[in-house]
Amino acid sequence: MSDKLIKIIRFIGLGFLEPLIRLSRGEETGKNITLILKKIVAPIASILIFIAVWQSGSDLLYNIEASHRIEKALKDQGQKAADEMKACIESGEISCQPNTLPSPAQVKESFKALLKDHKIIVADKKAFKEKTASLNKKRRADGKSEIVYTGRPSFVDQIKTSIKTVFAGFLLAIFIAVPIGIVIGLSDTLRSSINWLIQIFKPVSPVVWLLLVFMIVKTLTKDSDSDSSFIISFISVGLCSMWATLINTAMGVSTVDKDFINVAKVLKLGPIQKVFKVILPSSLPLIFTGLRITLSVAWMVLIAIELLAQSPGLGSFVWEEFQNGANDSNSKIIVAMFIIGIIGFLLDRIMLTIQNFVSFNKNEGV
Amino acid sequence: MAYLELKNVTKTYGSKDSNSDVLSNINLTIEEGEFVAIVGFSGSGKTTLVNLINGLLKPTSGEILYKGKPIEGTSHERGVIFQNYSLLPWLTVYQNVSVAVNETFPKESKAFRDQRVKTYLEMVNLTPALNKRPKELSGGMKQRVSIARALAMDPEMIIMDEPLGALDALTRGNLQDEILNIWNKDKRTALLITNDVDEGIYMADRIIPLKPGPNATLGPEFKINIDRPRDKTSLNDNPDFMKTRNEIIEYLMDIGQERTSTNTVEYSLPDLEQITIE
Repeated sequence: MSDKLIKIIRFIGLGFLEPLIRLSRGEETGKNITLILKKIVAPIASILIFIAVWQSGSDLLYNIEASHRIEKALKDQGQKAADEMKACIESGEISCQPNTLPSPAQVKESFKALLKDHKIIVADKKAFKEKTASLNKKRRADGKSEIVYTGRPSFVDQIKTSIKTVFAGFLLAIFIAVPIGIVIGLSDTLRSSINWLIQIFKPVSPVVWLLLVFMIVKTLTKDSDSDSSFIISFISVGLCSMWATLINTAMGVSTVDKDFINVAKVLKLGPIQKVFKVILPSSLPLIFTGLRITLSVAWMVLIAIELLAQSPGLGSFVWEEFQNGANDSNSKIIVAMFIIGIIGFLLDRIMLTIQNFVSFNKNEGV
Repeated sequence: MAYLELKNVTKTYGSKDSNSDVLSNINLTIEEGEFVAIVGFSGSGKTTLVNLINGLLKPTSGEILYKGKPIEGTSHERGVIFQNYSLLPWLTVYQNVSVAVNETFPKESKAFRDQRVKTYLEMVNLTPALNKRPKELSGGMKQRVSIARALAMDPEMIIMDEPLGALDALTRGNLQDEILNIWNKDKRTALLITNDVDEGIYMADRIIPLKPGPNATLGPEFKINIDRPRDKTSLNDNPDFMKTRNEIIEYLMDIGQERTSTNTVEYSLPDLEQITIE
């Protein structure tokens, strides 16, 4: 039972939990305690140190900013204003707080505030739905479009939108890159003829892709509604991130072990059998490495693209908060940063698990 | 008519005028039902020769005739057992064999194919490992799968490229017997490539040494006139065995010597001066 559990956690790339489970069963106490120290306690310690450094850094920046303000007041308006400013800052009044790198405590507060805000909006939505239920029913019967909630999205809604966008982009990348990769992997001529294009397009910045997609989508969709920004952002994400998969697939397919090719020849497999029975399975590990890179690139560029495309999601959340300049905006941005990081990490683990599941040389978590 | 015939076969890799033939002037005739072994040093071009016969490579010049017709690519009639097993690691033992069976008998019923896969895996004693993957198997078991795969295609000729080269002596002995049993059952034609003279004598009707490359070519053949079934333990006391074995080894030693002595490159030693430390 426990052995199975250990196998599973190793499989999904959470191998660091293994000594904890073993220790709870009383196996090799000394060795497992050392392992726990190494694999769990040390990382936690490093996180604590990071928070300490962050705290002192934000303190330092706070003081610098505060003294700047006082100096500025002194220079512009004289001693009296400077004293007032100093008193105001010390009293902790919101209007004159130095706006700088937030401390960990502030970020935690903002996180709570965002969750609270989410709850309010959810309740709001529910109330709206109840209120419009009968009206919508009537409108449906009349063949009119329903009234939908158009209020401000909550932070959690933004996360959901971002994940949706990234998956749409990722799927697009798979559907473009994998088939093309297989085809150009199989043919030397095609590979060398397309190679230049790939090399030229690969380093193009996400922003440029966005503009390019914008040019095309704008022409194709005449009436611009809210959907077109979603289309633009997911297509851009897909185009930016597909290159790793394309190149890895082509490489995997073109460098199948010669022994396997010989087997295919000796068994006289037909071309389709050869591709599906020999070439694809043997290049799956490389294809999945490509897909993992693609997903992490997709998540990374998503924020920048949402920010520019004005499509809802974490990117626009960050940008709006930055423009907003409210007292807690900075700490909300940091909350978004951590959420982005953690989701990126989870996505990578999910991909690793799928990769382990489908490929024949099952390697343990990287 | 000879079953398999190689006429003045030459194989060159790279440009033709670089003058580095891997194989040159190979002449070989194998009769139906015969078991022929080719022995040679490693790197003498044995695998190239095998790949020419099984159709993976084409000769640069000369002709390879199989049942009187030139060989055009691979064929189900010639089963190949590779040195490094060449199993597909993502398939189970059963699937590895069934890929071959499905390809050879596409028109037969599913039950027939399933039965055939199982029969051949039974023959090499692998029924308990049907659903294992190659990496869970030992070297000997892997080679058994490879043998089952080659035989399940019902080839008329079996080509073995150092099939037992990577196995330990005990497994090797067992598999030699298994291969001989199978060969004996329906007297297929067999070609064995090996670097082990004893193995050749134990298994084959004829042994032909391959002179080492570049420009590798076949040496004089040695007939093995020991009655079958041969007994490994008493073989060592058999005067015929001793005589043939010594002849072949002597021959191989001679050509090995020749190879080193024909090496014309001179290596100059660094110019050293003696230093006395006081």
